[in-house]
Amino acid sequence: MKLKKVVELLEAKTLNSCFNEETEVISACGCDLMSDVLAFVKDQALLLTGLVNPQVVRTAEMMDMKAIVFVRGKTPGEEIVSLADDAGIAILSTEFPLYISCGKLYSEGLYK
Amino acid sequence: MSSFKVQYPINGEDFVSAGEASRKLKKVLQNLGVDPQIIRKATVAMYEGEINMVIHADGGVIDVEITPEKIHLFLRDKGPGIPNIDLAMTEGYSTASDNVRELGFGAGMGLPNMNKYTDYMNITTEVGVGTTIEMIVNTKSAS
Repeated sequence: MKLKKVVELLEAKTLNSCFNEETEVISACGCDLMSDVLAFVKDQALLLTGLVNPQVVRTAEMMDMKAIVFVRGKTPGEEIVSLADDAGIAILSTEFPLYISCGKLYSEGLYK
Repeated sequence: MSSFKVQYPINGEDFVSAGEASRKLKKVLQNLGVDPQIIRKATVAMYEGEINMVIHADGGVIDVEITPEKIHLFLRDKGPGIPNIDLAMTEGYSTASDNVRELGFGAGMGLPNMNKYTDYMNITTEVGVGTTIEMIVNTKSAS
């Protein structure tokens, strides 16, 4: 699924310069526990989380994730956006909660 | 590629910067042209260890030796030590504070993840003295 479709389904805002609507994600992980994310081995993954701190970006970077969606309207601060820019990770924000966000992506084919 | 050594001091008082050393190692490995899957294994293992050093041990030092065959990580701290290694290796077991859990860690997956992503791991620990964790990721096969 392209990030363009993710933005459309989640009515998401894009928050940094790394966003490329053609970037393809083939798996997703919805989680607030970063160690659980680190146990998740998938390629070209998208992280959905309600947790907002720099460790979210570092975790995504270690796992080579392509994008992070902050749910429930959470908006990361400049420090987090800057870290994501350095890591080449797109940052999105949606008003939908985690469960609904995951459901919308899953039902449209992002089910790995 | 010849042998390459690098050392990272870990600041135990700064959870926000925890993971910086692992980011730096990732860049070093990328510059050396190491396979991305091997980089992910080594840096995730080191990142979990780095977080543990900040959460539990007031920091420490990480030494990394990179050879054509392997990435060798030594994590040393002078923290409280691990009273029961078997328990600490159990997925879900954690002694982290609520404060740490609110930051997304302390799920009891740190040591199990380190073991999962490395080809060799050995823990030497003494209560009240500190802990040394040695880990090896082989660079010849991406399993």
